Formats: sequence, structure tokens, C-alpha cells
Amino acid sequence: MTQSVVVQVGQCGNQIGCCFWDLALREHAAVNQAVLIDMEEGVVNEILQGPLRDVFDTKQLITDISGSGNNWAVGHKVFGSLYQDQILEKFRKSAEHCDCLQCFFIIHSMGGGTGSGLGTFLLKVLEDEFPEVYRFVTSIYPSGEDDVITSPYNSILAMKELNEHADCVLPIDNQSLFDIISKIDLMVNSGKLGTTVKPKSLVTSSSGALKKQHKKPFDAMNNIVANLLLNLTSSARFEGSLNMDLNEISMNLVPFPQLHYLVSSLTPLYTLTDVNIPPRRLDQMFSDAFSKDHQLLRADPKHSLYLACALMVRGNVQISDLRRNIERLKPSLQFVSWNQEGWKTSLCSVPPVGHSHSLLALANNTCVKPTFMELKERFMRLYKKKAHLHHYLQVEGMEESCFTEAVSSLSALIQEYDQLDATKNMPVQDLPRLSIAM
Amino acid sequence: MSIVTVQLGQCGNQIGFEVFDALLSDSHSSQGLCSMRENEAYQASCKERFFSEEENGVPIARAVLVDMEPKVINQMLSKAAQSGQWKYGQHACFCQKQGSGNNWAYGYSVHGPRHEESIMNIIRKEVEKCDSFSGFFIIMSMAGGTGSGLGAFVTQNLEDQYSNSLKMNQIIWPYGTGEVIVQNYNSILTLSHLYRSSDALLLHENDAIHKICAKLMNIKQISFSDINQVLAHQLGSVFQPTYSAESSFHYRRNPLGDLMEHLVPHPEFKMLSVRNIPHMSENSLAYTTFTWAGLLKHLRQMLISNAKMEEEGFKDPALYTSWLKPVNAFNVWKTQRAFSKYEKSAVLVSNSQFLVKPLDMIVGKAWNMFASKAYIHQYTKFGIEEEDFLDSFTSLEQVVASYCNL
Repeated sequence: MTQSVVVQVGQCGNQIGCCFWDLALREHAAVNQAVLIDMEEGVVNEILQGPLRDVFDTKQLITDISGSGNNWAVGHKVFGSLYQDQILEKFRKSAEHCDCLQCFFIIHSMGGGTGSGLGTFLLKVLEDEFPEVYRFVTSIYPSGEDDVITSPYNSILAMKELNEHADCVLPIDNQSLFDIISKIDLMVNSGKLGTTVKPKSLVTSSSGALKKQHKKPFDAMNNIVANLLLNLTSSARFEGSLNMDLNEISMNLVPFPQLHYLVSSLTPLYTLTDVNIPPRRLDQMFSDAFSKDHQLLRADPKHSLYLACALMVRGNVQISDLRRNIERLKPSLQFVSWNQEGWKTSLCSVPPVGHSHSLLALANNTCVKPTFMELKERFMRLYKKKAHLHHYLQVEGMEESCFTEAVSSLSALIQEYDQLDATKNMPVQDLPRLSIAM
Repeated sequence: MSIVTVQLGQCGNQIGFEVFDALLSDSHSSQGLCSMRENEAYQASCKERFFSEEENGVPIARAVLVDMEPKVINQMLSKAAQSGQWKYGQHACFCQKQGSGNNWAYGYSVHGPRHEESIMNIIRKEVEKCDSFSGFFIIMSMAGGTGSGLGAFVTQNLEDQYSNSLKMNQIIWPYGTGEVIVQNYNSILTLSHLYRSSDALLLHENDAIHKICAKLMNIKQISFSDINQVLAHQLGSVFQPTYSAESSFHYRRNPLGDLMEHLVPHPEFKMLSVRNIPHMSENSLAYTTFTWAGLLKHLRQMLISNAKMEEEGFKDPALYTSWLKPVNAFNVWKTQRAFSKYEKSAVLVSNSQFLVKPLDMIVGKAWNMFASKAYIHQYTKFGIEEEDFLDSFTSLEQVVASYCNL
């Protein structure tokens, strides 16, 4: 069986990673490989003192004390070069423990300093050292009301690295996660569901886990991301009638190397205790996956262009259910002309804990463009005034060209999406085929 | 004579299991509706073809299981062992840890050469176990990475090393609306390669079998297990023992050879399809061309009226191409014994224009995608270049044209 190594970088990355391991242990007894990196001790120390301390080997940690001060340059250039050898060694050790290493999962945020800077520095290291192993990155993008002023700088600088060195990126924003939590809380507290919500089934809950309470405000949100990662790897870990490995995700969802940003949506967010689920309820799950309420990124895929879409189903769902729902949903979605039937599907028989089935949808869709454009605008507002620039430029190895190159890289990406969008409402034409002389 | 089955990838292995299971259950079934002597001869013939005997009497399937990741093979091994009726050979498997990622290029150019020796060794051991070896039956899908890419590679190797033996590839045509996004690429690469190295391509469409399950068998929530069982039933009815041409007293010794001889008169035309009654109804006939509609209706009428096989209807020269005489083109294989609980059943294996339309569609879709160069970088990464794609397109356009010109 293939293994993945989870790399948690920075405060955000480590907090999410923690939730992930919590959930993973509920599904398996086995211990997987992880490398935890943070440039200040607070978070990692907490993990080591908390109930998950037995999960992690201290040999898998890299910590420093001072933190990156929300500065990508410090994370990337300073800590990057300082810890490069140590990091490489940790990765090699982790890889050695794996029977067959298939993928690195990197979890980080884009807006800060460590997760963003050091996290993206790692990508290059991994690419050089383990060229055949996939690099999946879960990136938390800053919301508009982010409290870190320099988050646009950090994000754009990080984007360039993601463009060039990641195989697949799952962009997620905090606002979407927050909206999902609010919606669930509303449903549960309004009494509409009464006592009929199954325990452990809230995608935000950590009941039954080692961590007993929601100590931090982000816990519930992090649980959602953790669930995403768990479902992503389910088909590789468990049996099913149509398996999907992680390398198949990249193969099917990335038609051109640059366009590797996938919007994710997860259902259900909770399960009712009703055991006999009629097919209608099952169909509702599919409809939900395509509703904005279940997306982990603020975006509008239905009004944009799909390049490809993957549906990963868990539980007692058969191929006919899958096909029926694809037929039903297809007319309301727009697919690019050369990939009109661009669906990748998988069926895994083992559902997640607390649910009878679940669905994870990953879409390569031009709807990510507005997120990137917004980011670019916020960047330009700061950059035009050269605000806070000196904090970056005083770091050795940083020059203005780093900024301009990063912006060009992003602009080029946006342009590719633009070109695809331009083909949106054009009629599908069959191109002339090769003619054979008989 | 014995047939060695090679099961490749998730699809190939899942189906292979159902086929062996169906063959053995039918062979042991108490509803043969024929004499005991007849039954015993039938069982012996079936056993010799597909199973070898072990000391404690449990038949071992003459099969080689190949997959690039272990989950499916492990499942099939235990399912067979659990049945108590038969099992797979302990050393008949080849497994790796990481799949082919739905990438034909990876299956063909990376896994193929890397594991060539090991896989061919296992196959050779299986062939050596046969007293008299008739040929290979290779089960694979064309949408994925292992069945399709590694399948094409293995078939090529079999052509090189066993050029005197026959090879029939059982290929699963994926659903039109995606199981895999790059399935059209994988399909055209597979078909063009197999056309060169295989002797016959027996094609089964998931869409068609799905319809059988839905409309004729009334299954509500159709699973891949249901689909595979229908497929196994169809294959079983083709491969179970039938009387040879010479007499009604001996079972046909070389089914593969005889099938090929009759069904593949010209190397340009290798695509075969299977139609089985009872399963079929007039609904499905909507896809056939005009000449077959009458034919199959006839088959159906015969069954209903319990009439003897009237072969006259099949001898109409209008059904066949001008360079074949009906007497050469049409053959009937019979057996007294009932198959798999159906009192009377008939199966038609045909080499016809039936598959041209689906083939044409796949080529068209793959071509559209190729024109935009989408996903090509995933293939060039492992050594399949744009020229290889163009070669495949050319070969298949040729096949389509040849069939259309009939």
C-alpha cells in the first residue's frame, strides 16, 4: 500500500495537521508519517504536551523560537537556508519508513510567514530530492478581513512557488469555513434537527477524538479541512469497486501543468440518525456537493467553466447511483469544449466514521480566477505605495525583482484562465479528422 | 486443450474472478438437463480448459493475476478461496505497490519494461502446467492505466514469445460519461497497439451491459458486481464446452482456435462482439444495423417457439460481405446441456460493423482533446510522444474506414 507524508508548516498548518491526525486515528490504528515544522514553539509544544503526543516522534520536528514575523522573506530565505539540511534529513528519514511513498501533503497558510515562506521553500526541496513523489498542497488563502496587513505580499510570493513546484493545490479560504460552521451551528441550535443528528457526524466535531473540547476558535474550521484530507486518501487506503489513487487525481484533473488549482466541496456536513436512506437522500448529497454552501473556497463554479471534475464517493453507493446523478447535474454545468464528459469517479466501500456515505468533489474550474484577481488587487494597493516593503528587502536574497516576478507569474496564470473563459459559450465544433487513403 | 487467462488491472481482475466463478458454478450445476454421462463429459472438458487439479481436489484456475497495486488482487484471492469451490494459484500473482495512475504511458513504458521478466515468468509457468495449450485469454479495460497500458505491453510480449499461440483480448469499453477523464486517450492507444499484436478483440461495452441490467434484469441499484456477473455469463456461454463440428459425441477441443478461424477471416477485421439470449430484447437491437435486426429477431423467435435451430435464416448471402461465402461465414456450435440455469440459451459472437459507431465516437472525442493538447504533458512525461498519438489515430481511422467499406 502506498503511503503519504504529511508536512505541517507554521501555526495554521500545525493546527490543521493536528485535527487531521486526530481524525485519522479514528479511522485507522496505524501511525503514519508526519513532519512538523514551525518557527516558533507555541503550537508544536502544545501538540507535544497534548493527548496526541504519542502520535508524533520528537525526531520528526523542526522548531525555532523567534517566528517569522509574518514575513515570507524570513520564512523562505532566512529559515529556508538555515534549516535546509535538517529538513532534508527529516524527509529522508520519513521516506525510509515508507514502503512505497506516493505523496507529500503540505498543509500551510498563505498569509503568514512560516507556513507561507518556509512552506513553499520546502516544495523546491521536495521536488529536487523526490522528483517522482507527488506534492499536494492544501493552502489556506487569506480572507478579505485578514488581520495580517502583509498577507497579500506573502500570498503572492507564495503563489509563484505553488505555480512552479506544486503538482496540485487545494485552495481554501477561512471565510468559507466560517460560513459552513455558522450554517451548521444554526441548524443544530435552531432545534430544527432536534436530537436527530448523529453523534460524531458533524464534520466540525472532534467528539470521540483525543482532544475533548474545542479549545480554540479555529478548531471546528480545521476539522473540516482535516476531513477533506481524510476523504482524499480514502480510496487509496480502503477497498472499493472503483479505486482512485492520488496519482490519478493529478493525471485526470490537471490538463495543463500550470492549471492545477482544485476547488473542493464536501458533503454531508452532518448526518441524521435515519438509517434507511432513500435514494432521494443520496441524490441530495450529490446536489449539495455542487452548491456553494459546501465549498471550501468562495467561488462560483456553476457560472464558470469546468475543465475537469472528480467525484470521490464513500459508502454503500453503486455505479448506477453515480451515473444517475452525473446525468442529472450535467446540464447545469459548463464543461470546456474538449472535455465535455470530463468526469473522474471513484467508489470506496468504507464510509467515514459517523456517516453512511460521503462525497468529495474536486473541480478544476475557472472560478478560481476571481480569488487570484482579488489577491493581486490587494497586493497592488500595498505595492504601489511601497508599504512595508523594507521589511522584505532588508532580508538577504530579496530584491524588488522577486516581487515583480511573482506578480507576472500570477498574471500569466490569470490570463490562461481568461483564455479558457473566452471559449465558454462557443458552440462545440467537431474538428476535421484525419482522412485515410483506401 | 487449455486456455491460460491473464487478468490485468482492477477491471481485469474483478471480471476474471466472476468468469471463473461462473464457469465452475455452471459446471457443477444440477440443472444440466441432460444425461449424467453428458454432464460428466461437460464437466471434464470445462475443467481441463480452465482449471488444473490440486492434490486435495480443489481446482485451481489457470490464471495469472497482474496489478500494480495489491488491494484488488488480495480481494479476489480471498473471495475465490472463500467459495470453497475453486481458488487461484498461490504464485500466480504479480503485484506492485503503486498503481499506474490511469496513465497508459506509465503502464506501457514504465511498468511494462520494469516488470517484463517477472510477469512473463509467471505466465510461462502457467503455460507449462498445461498438457496441451491452446492460447491466451487476456482480460483488461482500456480506460485505465494498468489494464490498458501494461495490457498492451504484455500482449505484445506474448506475440513475440508465443507467436504460434492464439491471443484473444477481452476488452472493456468504458461508460460514455466518464469513469476516467483521459479514457479516450487510453482507449485509442490501447486499441491501436492491440490491433497489431492480438488475434482477436472481444469488446464489451459497460453502457450496453448496464442497459441489460436495468431493462432486462430489472436490477435497481446496479453495481459493478452486477455488471461483471452479466459479462461473466456471456463469456461463459461462449467458452463452455460445445460439440465439435465432426460429431455430437465429442466436445470441441480447441475453442479459441475454432473461434478465431471462423470469426477473424482477415487481419484487418478483428473486433468481435457478443450477443446472448436470453438477456437480449428488441430494445437493444435499436443499435444494430438493419441486417442484424432480422437475424436476432429470428434467434429470439426460435427460442420462444422451442423450435430446432433453424440455420437457414443465417445463410442469407445478403448479410455477409461479398468476399465471404455464407457457408464459411456462419457456424453453429451446439450442446445438449443447459447453461447456467437457462433452459435454452443462444449466444451470437459476431464480427460486424456493430462496433464501428462507438469506435468512431471515441476516436472523435480523443481527437478533439488532442487538438487542444490537453493532458498530453502527462503522457510525454513517460515517453509517449505526440507522434505516438498520431500513429494511433491513423491506425484506428484505418480500421473504421475498412469496416465502413464492407
